[in-house]
Parts: sequence; C-alpha cells; structure tokens
Amino acid sequence: MSFPALPARPGLGLKPQHYAQIIADQPDLGFFEVHAENYMGEGGPPHRYLEAICENYPLSLHGVGLSIGGQGPLDRDHLERLRALNDRYQPASFSEHLAWSSHDEGYLNDLLPVPYTPQTLDRVVAHVDQVQQALGRPMLLENPSTYVLFAQSTIDEVDFLDAIATRTGCGLLLDVNNVMVSAVNHRLDPVAYIDRFPMHHVGEIHLAGYDETTDDAGDRLLIDAHGSRVRPDVFALYRHTIARTGPLPTLIEWDNDVPAFDVLMDEVRLVDAVLDAAPAQRLAS
Amino acid sequence: MTDEAQFVAALTDPTRAVPAGLVSPRGTTDAKRFAVYRNNVHVSLTAALAARFPVTRMVVGDDFFAGMARLHVGQTKPTTPVLLHYGDSFADFIAGFPPASELPYLPDLARLEAAWSDSYNAADIGGLSPTGLAAMAPETLADLSLALAPAARLISSAYPVGSIWSAHQQVPFVPPKQSGTEHVLLTRPQADVRLTIIPPAAAALLRALADGLTLGAAADAVFATHPDFDPGSALVGLAGLGAFAAPQQELSR
Repeated sequence: MSFPALPARPGLGLKPQHYAQIIADQPDLGFFEVHAENYMGEGGPPHRYLEAICENYPLSLHGVGLSIGGQGPLDRDHLERLRALNDRYQPASFSEHLAWSSHDEGYLNDLLPVPYTPQTLDRVVAHVDQVQQALGRPMLLENPSTYVLFAQSTIDEVDFLDAIATRTGCGLLLDVNNVMVSAVNHRLDPVAYIDRFPMHHVGEIHLAGYDETTDDAGDRLLIDAHGSRVRPDVFALYRHTIARTGPLPTLIEWDNDVPAFDVLMDEVRLVDAVLDAAPAQRLAS
Repeated sequence: MTDEAQFVAALTDPTRAVPAGLVSPRGTTDAKRFAVYRNNVHVSLTAALAARFPVTRMVVGDDFFAGMARLHVGQTKPTTPVLLHYGDSFADFIAGFPPASELPYLPDLARLEAAWSDSYNAADIGGLSPTGLAAMAPETLADLSLALAPAARLISSAYPVGSIWSAHQQVPFVPPKQSGTEHVLLTRPQADVRLTIIPPAAAALLRALADGLTLGAAADAVFATHPDFDPGSALVGLAGLGAFAAPQQELSR
C-alpha cells in the first residue's frame, strides 16, 4: 500500500456552521476531513450535508475516540461504528491517534499519552492490526502532542511510530503542530524530529494553532489548542517538511472558536503557496 | 493500580498528586504540565454540553453554565466516544442543582434541548404523510398501531419551555411568557427539526400511541379526559408534522 490516498493539496476540517456556504460556493480545496464520532448519529442533517459534500470532495475520516494506545482491548462497539461509517462513506483516508482516551470510568475526550516501551509497542501494533482488519483497509496513525514524559519510556517517539508503520503496514499522519508542541515542551529540536521522521509512511499532514503557557519551572509550555491560525514557527517547520517530501495532503485543523470560512481559506492559501513551491518529487527518505 | 488507572485517578481528582513517573524534561514531576490534561478533559466535555444545550446556556449565562456543567462532568463521564449523546442525564442533574432552582423551568428546557439533538440525529425513515393516512381504508384505522417516527420527541412541561426555546432563536430577543403548561413536539418533517406546541389532547393521543395502544383504543383514552377531542383532525395534523413512522405494511409493499 502506498500513501497518500488523498490529493496532495490543502484540506479543511468540515464544521456544521460552514455546510451551507461550502455547498453554495464549492471552494477550491483538495479534501474535507471530519471527526468520525460526529457522524455516528443514525441520520439527519449531518449525514445529508456530508453526503452532498462528498459528491464534490474526497473525504478524510479522522477518528478521535478509539483509544488505540489504551491498555485494555479496543471497544468493539466503537470499532463496529467506525466500520459502518467507513463502509458508508468509503473515505479516501482513515486516521486515528497514538493516544488513549477511555478507561473504566468512561470516555475522557482527551488524547492521553502512551509510554514508549517494547510492551506498549506490541500492544499498539496489535490494536492497529485489529483496526485495519476490521475496516478492511490501511489506516494512518497520528503522532501525539504531549505535556509530560514517561520515566519508563525506552524508545524514541519517531522510532516507535516507524516500528508501528513497518510492522502493521499502516501509514502515518504527521501533525507538524504536534511536533512543535512536543519538541518545545520536551526541549527537543523540532527540525531534527522532522529530519528523522520516516516520510515514506506519511499519508497526510496536519497543521493547527497552539496556545502557550508555562510549566512549574516557568519554562514555555505549548498546548495543542486548535483554536487559532497556524503559528509562524509551525509554518516554517511545515515548509521545511514539504521541501523534503514534496507535496502532501495538508489539513488545517481549527476545532475551537471556529472562525468564518474565509479565515480558513486564508490559511489554505498559505498552504497552497508552500505546496506550489515544493519539489515535484519526494526526496529519498 | 495499572499505570492507566493511576493516570485516570489523578486526572479526575485534582486533589491527587501527579502519578510518579510522569516527568518534565528535567526529570521532575510537574503539576502544571499534568494540569493541561485535567483541563482538557473538563473543558472539552463542558464544551460538549454547551454544544448540546445552547439555550440553557443562554438563559443562565456562560459563567453559571460553565460552573454547572463542570460539576456534572465531574460526576458523570461519557460512556462512549460518541458525544452526540453526552448529557442525557444533564436535565436530571440540573433538577437537583440548588443554585438553578430559581429557574424552575430549567430542567425541562434542558430535556427539550437533549430531545432536540436526538431528533436532529435520528434515523432518516419515511414517515406517514396525511395523504398516506387518507389512503388507508377507514374500517382498518381503529385497529391500527402507529409508531412514532424516529425523529419525533414529545416534551410535556408544567412550564412554557417551547415558547422559551423559540424566543431564544429570535433576533431581536422577545421575552417569552414564563408560566403555563406546554406540550412540545419535535419532528423532522423534511430536512430539519421543527418545534411545534401542540394541544393537550394531541399530546395525550401521541402518548397513548407511543405506549402501543391501537388508534381506536388511544382515541377512546383521550376522549375520557378531553370530551371535545377530534381524532381525525388531530391525526392529520400530527401526520403532517411527521410525527408517525410509515406503518410496517406500507414499508414492505
């Protein structure tokens, strides 16, 4: 399987407040992405709009709640819901996160961090295998943004993701904002992270805005907030990435304080400029 | 406890210490870093409630809503990752939340909003139209069992929650009446959810039908409390609003 299956163009997260404008204006975009869980109602306007929009755009289906990094077994009911949604919409891409979000207490609605050890690697590999088998298609797995490190971790994050992709045949979703957030938070070099990343597995890129605070020591702590424009340092890192890879499908994520559609299209034009300037071929990785 | 269980325990109880082994790059535990996860859980689930209960939020104001939602989130986590259904017990929580007791209609308003989103997301199934109803042989109607459409919801309240909800959809805002019973029917006759305040007798008919009574038995039950009830016009009106699913025999034809 080769990635990507989405067009190597800018895409946007689809938000209900923009449904009507998108259908009326047919903006020039490579694809739309939706959170799978938002389309798990049985019917009604969300499906009606999504079906209409899928007539004109490729779809990226992005799960946020499967808890692939969790210690327990995958939620079979949720996996079945994802299978049904994949069957219904036949998206160009399906992706999920290297994170966990459910426990005995319930669903926590956050992407919680996974320690990187040989044991957790085996577990995530088994979960990705199970998802790909259930869906009958390869998936993309997204690198996380994290705020703490696990003292027990023994494997570098890039190596951990590379091993998952190599062992399962899944692709990777490279979230460049997450790279910046984690690198700043853990005092790592974001460019070195990108330069080591196994780009031949990458099927999609995510960009978003971060917020900023400080930790107990008063040092910078970035928060993956999805509520603002992509920050200049993340855009520079994205430019560096695309110079290395050639054009890749690139999503602008903006999930909180969602602005007018025109503001999102401004971000799209910035992405377009980077993709237009990219080398046509992927460099060897 | 497993690593995950320790993480969750500290995540959901801010009085607990950050679990050992979660560190900053300096190798020390860092409360502000862990607090980002705590905050994400609370803020994102509070936002999920705000999305499902927008009028409740408008009525009480952002700050009051945030405080009320935060307490509910602390007590009741979603049972699935499908947050469309999160908040099913929020109205009951509000009913037992003393600071909200100044607004006695608030629990029913929240019930109406939960029902509105259920209707919005309900299955697309062909309804029984007034034409379909008229085409049925009159002698079969009394024995007919009519199921409610998947998108139909009936909220009966001692307060005018339908009027209150509707007033908050208007610009400029016109203060709604504050007292009086209302029976509020939500349906999706075409694409979108429609809110209709229906007469008490029509609400009684819907309830009797939803309980599984045949049309004849349901109409008799309504007559007992509403002697002026006109079942024909009530039925046509309700069918026109999309209250009924097409009968099984209609679907199988």
